[in-house]
Amino acid sequence: MPGKLKVKIVAGRHLPVMDRASDLTDAFVEVKFGNTTFKTDVYLKSLNPQWNSEWFKFEVDDEDLQDEPLQITVLDHDTYSANDAIGKVYIDIDPLLYSEAATVISGWFPIYDTIHGIRGEINVVVKVDLFNDLNRFRQSSCGVKFFCTTSIPKCYRAVIIHGFVEELVVNEDPEYQWIDRIRTPRASNEARQRLISLMSGELQRKIGLKVLEMRGNAVVGYLQCFDLEGESGLVVRAIGTACTLDKLSSPAAFLPACNSPSKEMKESPLVHPPSHGCRSTHNSPIHTATGSRLTQNFSVSVPTLIYTGMGSGSAGKEGGPFKALLRQQTQSALEQREFPFFTLTAFPPGFLVHVGGVVSARSVKLLDRIHNPDEPETRDAWWAEIRQEIKSHAKALGCHAVVGYSESTSICEEVCILSASGTAAVLNPRFLQDGTVEGCLEQRLEENLPVGCGFCHIPYDELNMPFPAHLTYCYNCRKQKVPDVLFTTVDLPTDATVIGKGCLIQARLCRLKKKAQAEANATAISNLLPFMEYEVHTQLMNKLKLKGMNALFGLRIQITVGENMLMGLASATGVYLAALPTPGGIQIAGKTPNDGSYEQHISHMQKKINDTIAKNKELYEINPPEISEEIIGSPIPEPRQRSRLLRSQSESSDEVTELDLSHGKKDAFVLEIDDTDAMEDVHSLLTDVPPPSGFYSCNTEIMPGINNWTSEIQMFTSVRVIRLSSLNLTNQALNKNFNDLCENLLKSLYFKLRSMIPCCLCHVNFTVSLPEDELIQVTVTAVAITFDKNQALQTTKTHVEKSLQRASTDNEELLQFPLELCSDSLPSHPFPPAKAVTVEKASPMGEGNFRNRSAPPCANSTVGVVKMTPLSFIPGAKITKYLGIINMFFIRETTSLREEGGVSGFLHAFIAEVFAMVRAHVAALGGNAVVSYIMKQCVFMENPNKNQAQCLINVSGDAVVFVRESELEVVSTQQPTANCQPSCTGGEVTT
Amino acid sequence: MTSELDIFVGNTTLIDEDVYRLWLDGYSVSDAVSLRVRSGILEQTGATAAVLQSDTMDHYRTFHMLERLLHAPPKLLHQLIFQIPPSRQALLIERYYAFDEAFVREVLGKKLSKGTKKDLDDISTKTGITLKSCRRQFDNFKRVFKVVEEMRGSLVDNIQQHFLLSDRLARDYAAIVFFANNRFETGKKKLQYLSFGDFAFCAELMIQNWTLGAVDSQVADMDVDLDKEFLQDLKELKMLVADKDLLDLHKSLVCTALRGKLGVFSEMEANFKNLSRGLVNVAAKLTHNKDVRDLFVDLVEKFVEPCRSDHWPLNDVRLFLNQYSASVHSLDGFRHQALWDRYMGTLRGCLLRLYHD
Repeated sequence: MPGKLKVKIVAGRHLPVMDRASDLTDAFVEVKFGNTTFKTDVYLKSLNPQWNSEWFKFEVDDEDLQDEPLQITVLDHDTYSANDAIGKVYIDIDPLLYSEAATVISGWFPIYDTIHGIRGEINVVVKVDLFNDLNRFRQSSCGVKFFCTTSIPKCYRAVIIHGFVEELVVNEDPEYQWIDRIRTPRASNEARQRLISLMSGELQRKIGLKVLEMRGNAVVGYLQCFDLEGESGLVVRAIGTACTLDKLSSPAAFLPACNSPSKEMKESPLVHPPSHGCRSTHNSPIHTATGSRLTQNFSVSVPTLIYTGMGSGSAGKEGGPFKALLRQQTQSALEQREFPFFTLTAFPPGFLVHVGGVVSARSVKLLDRIHNPDEPETRDAWWAEIRQEIKSHAKALGCHAVVGYSESTSICEEVCILSASGTAAVLNPRFLQDGTVEGCLEQRLEENLPVGCGFCHIPYDELNMPFPAHLTYCYNCRKQKVPDVLFTTVDLPTDATVIGKGCLIQARLCRLKKKAQAEANATAISNLLPFMEYEVHTQLMNKLKLKGMNALFGLRIQITVGENMLMGLASATGVYLAALPTPGGIQIAGKTPNDGSYEQHISHMQKKINDTIAKNKELYEINPPEISEEIIGSPIPEPRQRSRLLRSQSESSDEVTELDLSHGKKDAFVLEIDDTDAMEDVHSLLTDVPPPSGFYSCNTEIMPGINNWTSEIQMFTSVRVIRLSSLNLTNQALNKNFNDLCENLLKSLYFKLRSMIPCCLCHVNFTVSLPEDELIQVTVTAVAITFDKNQALQTTKTHVEKSLQRASTDNEELLQFPLELCSDSLPSHPFPPAKAVTVEKASPMGEGNFRNRSAPPCANSTVGVVKMTPLSFIPGAKITKYLGIINMFFIRETTSLREEGGVSGFLHAFIAEVFAMVRAHVAALGGNAVVSYIMKQCVFMENPNKNQAQCLINVSGDAVVFVRESELEVVSTQQPTANCQPSCTGGEVTT
Repeated sequence: MTSELDIFVGNTTLIDEDVYRLWLDGYSVSDAVSLRVRSGILEQTGATAAVLQSDTMDHYRTFHMLERLLHAPPKLLHQLIFQIPPSRQALLIERYYAFDEAFVREVLGKKLSKGTKKDLDDISTKTGITLKSCRRQFDNFKRVFKVVEEMRGSLVDNIQQHFLLSDRLARDYAAIVFFANNRFETGKKKLQYLSFGDFAFCAELMIQNWTLGAVDSQVADMDVDLDKEFLQDLKELKMLVADKDLLDLHKSLVCTALRGKLGVFSEMEANFKNLSRGLVNVAAKLTHNKDVRDLFVDLVEKFVEPCRSDHWPLNDVRLFLNQYSASVHSLDGFRHQALWDRYMGTLRGCLLRLYHD
């Protein structure tokens, strides 16, 4: 008997009136875990019952503890008829299963009903006593920590980053079972919620087992998704990065003065070599096919693009041997892995050596209606196929790993598009595992990685490039080759030198498709996909040039399939990397240059484009240091005056042609202006309005060029659905509608948040879905953070100055002492960690103290504030503790849509309720914030004729405790003789 | 392309004060949008009308959802659905319960019943306040009235506790409840010159001195109902005017004391008996509910108007009333000194407040 779960029902408040006669309620509570149910007494005639129950004790396997949610049902007692359900609370007790997280769950939970929404609150206390039972064959994975955060969590240090873990679980969707015809919508919704809760628990447990197998103790960048496949079933799948994490015991060790979270990152993990005992030679990870009964009889794989910088150039050999050496090492470290993928998007310094470019793969599958358990092909095999493809793309780019890796699906009826994307990269083997690496070799390698530009250097062989690329010598160190444009799916590395500010860049695209069935449909889709990818890429490239920038970070391309159209939406944050060459402009060329008025028109357009570029450069403060040609010298084959890029990425592919994976036609770089499509493209380029002054936006964690955030943050979700009039369904009209939809949405956000100026919208995350024939739904989640304008100006100025200075010194030194430069410009790397450790030891601060301070004021009458943010940090604050993962799934349905304020009223209330439930769970865990919050799914269906609507929402994030930096200083200055008693009594009996 | 659905939900609920005011004032979304356009917000922010429309809709929806909670403000503090900083919560509540002077003057002292509610149409037309806003204000009055009507303890405290209003607003509501409960007539033409503030001032004095709570702080209804016994006793004051000797003595005491100090001395001397009769008769009549209702009409008719027609300066009124009340203590034949003080102390305050143009 490995665990005892104890539950106490304290009280209820604000219950709904269930008895019209008395205007009161006779409430009691059922507490259910697994197959055991307890009941409280009936508390007669009250809307604020005080049950104060005994401790209900469940003796359960830890396997069940991981899989099952605790289910609390509040009911109204009725003597003569059946008891009426008021609502339910599902509590995931996983956070109680590892010792470092929460020890007790205690607080007010909203009582939720899938038909009526939140109906009052209930106060519950939950504890778990775990008993270790080492002899058993382990089926549970208690103790493995899960993080949604896609970087090493703030108060941990990564000892080893093991690599990719994945798993999927399949089941029938209760909504489509025969029984659904005879049960109430409420029962059906609840069955679904419960099933998904169970499946996520199971999935998490299985992933945990894999992590233990790899000798890891945590999963970072855990991303769990649901595929609602309709009649063919329900898939819950998850990916993550297995790590061995070490807790930095005192959060006070961080210098409270350091403002930017990235700085903190730099100092925290990994900088000293893994001296921890946990070295392991792990065997190849995991690929267990879950017994999926679902099958597929049709599949089309889509040729995939590889995005990177384009152009051509000659080779340089400097640094070659080191690169080769490095590659060798990394290879040996990664070779053993089936999929050397990492879901992380931000890394410890030195981890990311080179970045190749974005790799992605898509595949169109047909979901099978026929129930055929003997069919060997499963969802696992589908994903394995795609991952294999990604892996080979990465190889083609001379990379052995893929970082910033993610997977997604889009389903419409029986067609499913599976997508995976990531950034091909060369990693430093030091972090991947164990001691095969010699210390001195490491040292040498490190010295040879120039700071701030190393990741830009091409990982592939210049003489044997996988695609035509235009290479130049790095503008920072002048020793290695860099591409002219860099696309990645990761966050901007903290040490990257960026000039000016960044901005959100989106490519938006619609393509009509004929309605078709089954295979014909799948074929039609897969025929369209390459064109869409191509168009999206072209748009991104053009918009990037228009902004005067040369790199994209956090690139996310979403292709959504609908009945009669495909939508593509790509979002990324454009920046100007100092290491990369200045981007050329955009030049328009006509096809028939004889016509005079036509020429005039073209030159007019050209002028507009040039003006826009100049304006953008000013707006984003892009003024790279002028580098004289003499310094650059001969190795640069083509100086910067090339400015003709249009329509194709393979602009001047005069050298390598056979390896041209990017399917660019050599003559396509001339924009044919008499082509209406092209016209549209140019116009749409120019119609993108920059955000109003005082606003910036990006889809990465933080905005390059802004680093003085205030603590004022506002996370929000905005949803828009438009109905297309079926008359004007042409590709162009569609594109325009979609473009307007996104632009208007952004404009609305800027307007709504105007009181926060100067402010930046960070982690802007757009999702598109096509719920019905003529409906387009766009969901945006982001966080607005105010920053201090005065300081911002200062820092950017000094930043630019610094980079100017650096550039000049670099140039000087380049000529004289090229080797010393690199070691000199290494920042004070070896020291900060040591310092951190000593401070850590010297500080007598216990953890309990922090918890005490930040414990939500539950005794107080008002509700404690819980912050939510999609970022991994909270500006101006230190995260002192991770309490566990929040992963919640809700269904809401109504049969009185009009009465609830129509679709907008319905969804507005539901999202507000979801936020409330997330906050309540975090507060009950003793936390005061959710970081890395994400709304993974928001499926909305309506039937206004029947006055009905239904919505499914899936959210996740990490519950944390944070302490304001100002408070932290106060704490650390006054020597705490104070009692370090834990804020929660008991619950720590675990062995 | 039409927008089917358009929402914005923040982790911290966004409250736009200007839109909240428009919503409270009962404007429809389209009216609110055009008012906002007129305020020049589009030029300031570079937004479009569509953006403004969407923003206004969003705020209206939020307010609509909050309204249920605003009906019981402590619920707003304890609810989990909307995360709102305390200062904003206070603002929401305070503004929601705020009322228009013009409106309150129309319903002050009326029975807060369905009948009155039906008259809201007329009030709306008369005052130019939207019907929606009238309804909200009326419902607020009624809600507060219902909650505190039969409660023990101080009226102001009860209102503050159950509606979390500021001290100022809670006092105003106490006056409204007090007036509604006693049904004082405030709508007569000759009372039109009086502001809500004037009445509220009087209500406060009356609550302090004339209610049951003034004697015993543990009774239900203590601050809402007038002390019946006290009203009954007021009949005793009648001898001040019925007994001719007493009246003459009183007059001579007042005149002696005020000679040379009043600018309107002769007018006062000439009018003394009328004024005194008026004031004492008002007291004596208070046993009848109907006369209680007419209290303010009587005070204005019997005292304010005569003085005003003789152009008494306010200071003279004050000197007179002080002397008039104090001199009674020197009337040997009069035994109800305490009663007189309880009555006249309050009345003096009220009259001074009511005496203006």
